[in-house]
Amino acid sequence: MILPDAELLLQIVDLHARVDDQPILKGVNLEIRAGEIHAVMGRNGSGKSTLSKVLAGHPSYRVTGGSVLFRGEDLLALPPEQRARIGVFLGFQYPVEIPGVSNLEFLRVATNARRLERGEEELDTFSFEDLVHERLQVVQMDPAFLARSVNEGFSGGEKKRNEILQMALLEPLLAILDETDSGLDIDALRIVAGGVNHLATAANATLLITHYQRLLDVITPDFVHVMAAGRILRTGGKELALELEQRGYDWVDQELADQELANQGAPALGVV
Amino acid sequence: MTAPPNALSEAPGGSAASLGDLVSQPYRYGFVTDIETEKIAKGLDEDVVRLISAKKKEPAFLLDFRLRAFRHWQKLEEPDWATLKYPKIDYQNIIYYAAPKQQQDKKASLDEVDPKLLETFEKLGIPLSEQKRLSNVAVDAVFDSVSIATTYKEKLAEDGVIFCSFTEAVEEHPELIERYLGTVVPSNDNYFAALNSAVFSDGSFVLIPKGVACPMDLSTYFRINSGDTGQFERTLIVAEEGASVSYLEGCTAPMFDTNQLHAAVVELVALDDASIKYSTVQNWYAGDENGKGGIYNFVTKRGQCRGERSHISWTQVETGSAITWKYPSCVLQGADSVGEFYSVALTNHRQQADTGSKMIHVGPRTRSTIVSKGISAGHSSNSYRGLVQMGPKAVGARNFSQCDSMLIGDQAAANTYPYIRSQQPDAAIEHEASTCRISEDQLFYLQSRGIGFEEAVSMMVSGFCRDVFNQLPMEFAAEADKLLALKLEGSVG
Ligand SMILES: Nc1ncnc2c1ncn2[C@@H]1O[C@H](COP(=O)(O)OP(=O)(O)OP(=O)(O)O)[C@@H](O)[C@H]1O
Ligand SMILES: [Mg+2]
Repeated sequence: MILPDAELLLQIVDLHARVDDQPILKGVNLEIRAGEIHAVMGRNGSGKSTLSKVLAGHPSYRVTGGSVLFRGEDLLALPPEQRARIGVFLGFQYPVEIPGVSNLEFLRVATNARRLERGEEELDTFSFEDLVHERLQVVQMDPAFLARSVNEGFSGGEKKRNEILQMALLEPLLAILDETDSGLDIDALRIVAGGVNHLATAANATLLITHYQRLLDVITPDFVHVMAAGRILRTGGKELALELEQRGYDWVDQELADQELANQGAPALGVV
Repeated sequence: MTAPPNALSEAPGGSAASLGDLVSQPYRYGFVTDIETEKIAKGLDEDVVRLISAKKKEPAFLLDFRLRAFRHWQKLEEPDWATLKYPKIDYQNIIYYAAPKQQQDKKASLDEVDPKLLETFEKLGIPLSEQKRLSNVAVDAVFDSVSIATTYKEKLAEDGVIFCSFTEAVEEHPELIERYLGTVVPSNDNYFAALNSAVFSDGSFVLIPKGVACPMDLSTYFRINSGDTGQFERTLIVAEEGASVSYLEGCTAPMFDTNQLHAAVVELVALDDASIKYSTVQNWYAGDENGKGGIYNFVTKRGQCRGERSHISWTQVETGSAITWKYPSCVLQGADSVGEFYSVALTNHRQQADTGSKMIHVGPRTRSTIVSKGISAGHSSNSYRGLVQMGPKAVGARNFSQCDSMLIGDQAAANTYPYIRSQQPDAAIEHEASTCRISEDQLFYLQSRGIGFEEAVSMMVSGFCRDVFNQLPMEFAAEADKLLALKLEGSVG
């Protein structure tokens, strides 16, 4: 829902980032207010996952310019764990397996880290079991997954459900869900999307990265952004996604080429 | 505990550098006790062996045992088959006997023990005094070459359990020593065992009589204090028919920039239906980050399941030495006897560990399990070396071995050398091995859920070691978990 007076949760200004020495993000601008649902779409390799990882603080990505404020605070100055504690959540496109670490214990430690930050009491193992069983309903997940190691041997779809379970426990203010829909069967997609809708409130916001309209049929975005070559090339409402579904991304090349020309033109003019 | 903001992003190359920082931490037990010590002159010859024996007023059979060992040792070459690199040890530059002056004669009561010594052990977390001592664990405290006190001796005696220093055992129960000493690890077994047999100074002796389940855990705490002294202790544990005991061993040493030699021998004997559980948490000083200083730990540990259905279990958490050369083993002689080896070996900086186990199946239907977890960080090297042998009579014998390695950072090395010899077609041997690396993405995943960097590493390491920690006595398991976390925490905190 769009509420013009709602709190500005995330403000990204001219964000540049590199991996190794290769520039990937080249000037991202984005504002997200409480209550809003944003969708980011774009071709493979356009930089969507990179943007999500930079926001979460992945050490492989080096920010080379621009700024990110989360509720007015410099997000980029915080270590990844602190970003999570203050309410930034990243649902991974490819959640990793962590053998030997119990899923239940992991969820409890993570939940308590977030609770402590919010000034809430830490949950002991018993109260946490109650909470986790309640939240399992959100994604209709089998409690047997709690006893296993984090994501170890989980199917692709099970991993995605486990991500949303974590989101349900951490109650983030900003949830970035990177292709949470890919790898889900039709029923699972409905369940997971239902879970995301259920968790969305006027106080939090969701940034969905997806390739498919079928997700946006269930979760209606307030804004749709198209990413290309490390920037947000175009922003629109939910109809932009429908347009993409029809037209594909060919127009992106044209638009990029035009911009390229304009950029090259400017300094050349200056010289003359 | 928590990393300062940007601890990660500041490090060029991302978290690999931070991982490197993380695995270095100051050693907590590195202090030296300032105490007047009686030391004999450096060097080793037959006179030194005789001198040690004379100091301890030993019976003839023991001097004889020492001299035979010494003469054999002189003919041996130091073994070089392990994956270990270290400068040649100068055996003439070591002191073979050092004892606190006050402690020349065993004290009748704790009140007579030098308060400095009591204070030392208290600082190490091993209070010996009546009021503070650990409940339900009896402790033999060994300082350099001598045992300074043994707690709960009288209480244990009520059940017929003998728990005392080796020296006392020689005085009070010479017949038991004569009967068992060197029967599991013969004095000519190997280079370091021969050296130990020649010059051992003290250690612990345990006898659990027939049918007795030892009413409390027994423990020996070894403290090296002198910088130029070797520690050569000897432990002998006998569990008679149907007896059982859980025994714990702990060790620390001060930080010196020279190396100290520790060459111990442990012998376990389990008769019919007896069970011995031997746990070690080894935290000798490991040397600094450049590999200067630290203990050279060359230890021979072997248990003999002499009786039918007897059971010997070794659990070790090795974190400390500069060099670890250690293969706790079981000779499974009695029919249906069981041997187990559970090990966590952590190496960091320039530490080197070559450790594992030997399971020698002699009797029919004997069973053994080996679970080894090696963690290597920094520039360290960590090797598992194990032998499973099935003798001609080991009909229906079984072994299962699992050796897992975890690498932290990209400078550390891990090796696995499993040796299998079978002369019995009807014996089953199973071996599994794996290697994993703590990846940046795994750590990031945990961090991105609000878990701090160090806690994330420690969660992964404890997860990796769980199968072994589950085998430790409860209070030790918590201790081991903390110790690993500590070894892996450090300068970031
Ligand atoms: N760690 C990395 N090392 C090298 N290149 C990387 C790394 N991470 C991202 N890139 C490169 O950056 C570009 C953007 O990748 P990113 O994963 O952000 O794309 P995406 O928009 O999420 O694509 P997809 O839709 O396929 O998920 C790609 O060309 C990718 O190869
Ligand atoms: Mg992606």
